[in-house]
Amino acid sequence: MLAYIVRRLFAGGILLVAMSMITFILFFAIPSDPAQFACGKNCSLAQRAQVRKGLGYDKPVAVQWENFAVGVFKGRDYPDDKSLAKSAPQLIAHCAAPCLGYSRVNLQTVTQEFKQRIPVSASLALAAFLMWIIGGIGLGALAAVWKGTIIDRGVVGISLVFYAFPTFFVGLFLLKYLAIKWQVFPVPSYISIADGGLWNWFVNLILPALTLALFYMAGYVRMTRAFVLESMSEDYLRTAKAKGLAPRKILYKHTMRAALTPLVTMAGLDLAGLLGGAVITESVFNYNGLGKLVVDSVITFDLPTVVGLVLLLGAFVIVANIIVDILYALIDPRVRVG
Amino acid sequence: MTDSFLSVRDLVVHFPTTDGIVKATEGLSYDLDRGKTLGIVGESGSGKSVSSSAILGLHRGTNAQVSGQILLDGDDLLQLNDEQMRRCRGRDVAMIFQDPLSAMHPYYTVGNQIGEAYLVHNKVSKKAARARTIEMLDRVGIPQPDRRVDDYPHQFSGGMRQRAMIAMSLMNDPGLLIADEPTTALDVTVQAQILDLLQDLQREFNSAIIIITHDLGVVAEMADDVLVMYAGRAVEYGPTKEILVHPEMPYTWGLLSSVPDVTGDTDAKLIPIRGNPPSLLNPPAGCAFNPRCDHRDKVPGDLCTTVVPELTPARTGGNHTKRCHLANPDEVYATEILPEIAPDLVQGQA
Repeated sequence: MLAYIVRRLFAGGILLVAMSMITFILFFAIPSDPAQFACGKNCSLAQRAQVRKGLGYDKPVAVQWENFAVGVFKGRDYPDDKSLAKSAPQLIAHCAAPCLGYSRVNLQTVTQEFKQRIPVSASLALAAFLMWIIGGIGLGALAAVWKGTIIDRGVVGISLVFYAFPTFFVGLFLLKYLAIKWQVFPVPSYISIADGGLWNWFVNLILPALTLALFYMAGYVRMTRAFVLESMSEDYLRTAKAKGLAPRKILYKHTMRAALTPLVTMAGLDLAGLLGGAVITESVFNYNGLGKLVVDSVITFDLPTVVGLVLLLGAFVIVANIIVDILYALIDPRVRVG
Repeated sequence: MTDSFLSVRDLVVHFPTTDGIVKATEGLSYDLDRGKTLGIVGESGSGKSVSSSAILGLHRGTNAQVSGQILLDGDDLLQLNDEQMRRCRGRDVAMIFQDPLSAMHPYYTVGNQIGEAYLVHNKVSKKAARARTIEMLDRVGIPQPDRRVDDYPHQFSGGMRQRAMIAMSLMNDPGLLIADEPTTALDVTVQAQILDLLQDLQREFNSAIIIITHDLGVVAEMADDVLVMYAGRAVEYGPTKEILVHPEMPYTWGLLSSVPDVTGDTDAKLIPIRGNPPSLLNPPAGCAFNPRCDHRDKVPGDLCTTVVPELTPARTGGNHTKRCHLANPDEVYATEILPEIAPDLVQGQA
């Protein structure tokens, strides 16, 4: 099992290296000049060349990638200019390892940017995850147990409504009624636990997390319902019934265990995706999370941030995949090696 | 009222569907004593599993309509409420299923699942349940039971899984054991071992066994009585010897003709029953077997296609009943069927 995990982590590392290379190549394949962006509209050729040199874009792509890779482990200076470091050290920004680059747009290192953004997106993702897992699996199982009744139809129907409405509509709707009109909740803005304490962090998180959760929950309700029903028709449930087990025990021990297994895969990957930011929800509730950073960095042509984001989000998915596989082996003894 | 241990009277199981009522079992009656074995034989969909599941009340909670009487030790199981029925399952009546792999939960150890059957009916510690589980695994012939108890079902072979299922069913020493095609999914060599094991355990625990099968070889080996089912009805019922030697219903003849005989003459023909089992939604009028029966022309008029034959005593007697309009089924069998399927037997007599 340990050898398996090490192997998977190693493969994940190689994948990340490949991803960083591809991102570099793609970025320079775009027919617009990042130096032109940084320099502005009224920019002479000489100025542009200077900016390009300052940003390090004058070197070949391979060298740029190499500098980047070295920076990840050793850290680097921006701009990497020894004579400038001597004459005007105040103009040099040092980017300590692990250095993912320095954003000329936001005037800080990508690592610093991530440090500010990750807690926002992670809080949102985890809160939403808890809500939709509890709600989705609970309601899905309820619908399956009461299959064909008004409870089943109600649960499935309502979850479908939330699935069909776009997130920005549900988000704005909740914002308008629950926060602004009836003032059940404060108008949400991200407050870290360090700044406002656990309670403020939590209360401000409810509406955006609910918006996300309602969307994801719909899928989980339908999936759980289907998996529970499938599991109910298995032969081993007839065995459990023939043993004389109480219906409650059959449901919790025998049915749900089998039904939840496929949901682990879904949940792991959905959570990993959401950790990388929820663009629309973050915008509606004015949360400065990774999702907003993705959009902003692409619009402003901020290469270091884009590369950093690609690697970070890729790492989330790779790690989530490994965790899901390990969980799978824990849940299903047939998967275990040996 | 009989004093049999198990007495099924006029058992009816209907499943209402949008297309009509599926009559899975119609007026089934039989008796079974402790220490005895009843073989229920028939094709797929003849109602053998459905009628036996009704004894365990496995149709409760579905839309099935069950009526009649199932008297176990004098108590009518159909009159029990759901909680009483639940307590009866696994304790008084236990069941073994056809495919032991799918009948066991893949995520729990064999010991956990077997112990569960004990824990649910007895107020004992998990430790005691585990000890009892190991004892029973040993009893059904699992080697190194103290180690194998922690294995998962997929780590067991097919025969061992069925042994484990038998151990599970016998945890509470039930008076009645229903084995639903217990050997169908197993290798032939393993089948014999499992049947031997069941017989040993039956002697030891003095339980009544209902063995559901389509294999007349299993019946000949195991059963004291045989009940042949067709389209939800008993078509022939009596002591095994009587039925195997003097069958009086063309469907039983068909079953016998379809059994290959390894020791017999290679000239003997295997004669399949033509046609397909009838729809239980819309069974043929009259005798349900009439569209597939080769002897319909021997019955005067259109009796076969209009009137359902009653279960009547067989001509050869011996507590043996059959459901057929033929006036002389014993003679037809002796002159037409037996020479076809066992020519050596007939020549030997001549």
